[in-house]
Amino acid sequence: MELFSLFFGAVVINNVVLTKFLGMCPLLGVSRKTSSAIGMGAAVVFVIFGSSVFTYTLYYQVLVPLDLQYMDLITFILVIAAFVQFVELILKKYSPVLYKALGIYLPLITTNCVVLYVTLFNITEGFSFVEMIVYSLAAPIGFMLVLYIFSTIRERLDLADVPAAFKGNPIALIVAALMAAVFTSFVGLF
Amino acid sequence: MKSVLNYGMNLLKENPVFGLYLGICSTLAITINLNNALGMGLSVIIILTISNVVISAIRKITPDEIRIPVYIVVIATLVKAIELLIKAYAPAIDQALGIFIPLIVVNCIILGRAEAFASKNGVVASALDGLNMGVAYTLSLVAMSLVRQILATGIVDLSNPFTNTEIFSITLIPSQYTIPIFSSAIGAFLTFALLAAGVSAIKNAEEKKLKGAK
Repeated sequence: MELFSLFFGAVVINNVVLTKFLGMCPLLGVSRKTSSAIGMGAAVVFVIFGSSVFTYTLYYQVLVPLDLQYMDLITFILVIAAFVQFVELILKKYSPVLYKALGIYLPLITTNCVVLYVTLFNITEGFSFVEMIVYSLAAPIGFMLVLYIFSTIRERLDLADVPAAFKGNPIALIVAALMAAVFTSFVGLF
Repeated sequence: MKSVLNYGMNLLKENPVFGLYLGICSTLAITINLNNALGMGLSVIIILTISNVVISAIRKITPDEIRIPVYIVVIATLVKAIELLIKAYAPAIDQALGIFIPLIVVNCIILGRAEAFASKNGVVASALDGLNMGVAYTLSLVAMSLVRQILATGIVDLSNPFTNTEIFSITLIPSQYTIPIFSSAIGAFLTFALLAAGVSAIKNAEEKKLKGAK
């Protein structure tokens, strides 16, 4: 039950995009089409899960025994960059179709702040291994959910008559404000 | 006077936050009050200036294929140094900004300036560019935090982060007329949307004027 509330809380109530404001660049950048939103979301889920397991193990098996905790930021960001590159290579070799679908979004994930946030959050919250697994799946799923809903709204927005100054990103941010209102209304459910 | 006006106009038109939508994660998250905005802004100015200088100084010996990892390591080292300094000397800022200090590593403005400017220009020019962009970022944070803080609490205050003493505090709106929603996530998105729309309205008007002149 505790794990479930951790999962649900990370997906909906403490959604990384709408309450922690992370991953805004991809939210505004790749939310124009539903298909690319799903592709980006799936890639982020995979990268966050993989690099979280990797950095968590690295932190507790290497950095803590050697008393090098202050190196966390540098090692984590390098692990993330290397992992993204690694995923790109593997996909290119074994699944060219998926690679084509995700291709352009993969390198962008390195600078997606959700990834670094989740890996650091796992450590600062003192999560156990199981909690870490649950959280690193739930947080990017929340990201994917928002990205998907957002892209469906944006496809409609393209056809709407928007005041000139609000065209493009400003109106998208108004949409985000309304979505944040919906998501925060779940607070207190658990 | 005219040069000041020109600088202001450029600041609006080429604003990294409201014009180019760079570094907006931290902008939305930490602009609840003026203290946070200034703390974040000053950290970014320092990191951006030093990282631009370092990256510009090593630009000739950095192999082109691995330049992005090199930049990221330089930036991450600086951010960690600043984070440790803030933790030691200004714990109030550390409490307020929390995880957003380490997240400066992935702030697009810093990597963006490294890639677009410092990797191609000399050390002095890069330092000035870093300072300039950092100030533009800080002013955007301050603008946004002023709107949110005044609407949500009616009070503008500033305190010294090192000693935690209050420098000034002005009440502008009586507490029964404040709109607390502006300190929440919804208010952050709304304020940002309105300010960005304002900037693009100014840009549109300017373009019209140019077309009319032709």
